Amino acid sequence: MKAYFGRRYLVSASHRLHTPAFTAEENRAAYGKCNNAHGHGHNYVVELLVGGAVDGEIGMVVDLVALDRTVGERILNRFDHANLNLDPLFADRVPTTENFCQAIFDLLCDALPAGKLEYVRVEETENNFFECSARG
Amino acid sequence: MIFLTRRATFSASHYYWNEAWSAEKNEQVFGRCANRNGHGHNYTLEVTVAGEPDPVTGFVVDLKWLKDVMESEVLSAYDHRHLNLETPEFKNTNPTTENIAIAAWQRLEPAIKSAGGAKLTRIRVYETPEIFAEYRGEA
Repeated sequence: MKAYFGRRYLVSASHRLHTPAFTAEENRAAYGKCNNAHGHGHNYVVELLVGGAVDGEIGMVVDLVALDRTVGERILNRFDHANLNLDPLFADRVPTTENFCQAIFDLLCDALPAGKLEYVRVEETENNFFECSARG
Repeated sequence: MIFLTRRATFSASHYYWNEAWSAEKNEQVFGRCANRNGHGHNYTLEVTVAGEPDPVTGFVVDLKWLKDVMESEVLSAYDHRHLNLETPEFKNTNPTTENIAIAAWQRLEPAIKSAGGAKLTRIRVYETPEIFAEYRGEA
């Protein structure tokens, strides 16, 4: 039977929304407080959902320990307590949570120990979140 | 089409074990979850049904009715129980979060179907706030 397994992880990171395509005034107009030169941070919640057949021997879609290892290696070790702007992925992309969400999806979609990555959701604060799925 | 979700909580104990395996293999695969004395969670059950609002009441389903169905079909069997020892569906099946979601669907679907209104579309079971499983009735 097909089921889905979901897991939520905490990533604390800083970022600054700024694009070299805009003047200083245009950056302030577009990004407001998020353009602050020294950056700011969030406790991001990264939620992912993995779909697949429930393995009859263990009763699981994916082994939690293996999933945690993959997410730890690919996502948490890389982004937790880091400055997103300094990551090569954001060398020429603004680290908005939209782009962060897409980056996490791309880093995980072919790396899962089992199952298919249905979506990645990144909650930037309790009041806003972003979702990326294979459907685009 | 409107999707309506009702949430409820239950507290239960369980352990993970595959009788076909040695104790060593069970401990290796399931880790601390293989402790035969069991451990427990505060589970959250989310039941989502879909349908068109009734033109008179404006309801997809009567939430009180859905609450009562969840209570009689699932919570009365799972709340403050040991899932491995006290529920027939987990006698030979691991009560993983995935399997609890599937079992809750099988318990709820006949009652929701026989009411003839909204259709059951999704069961989500949170084992902790960070771990959950979902079943959508797929084969």
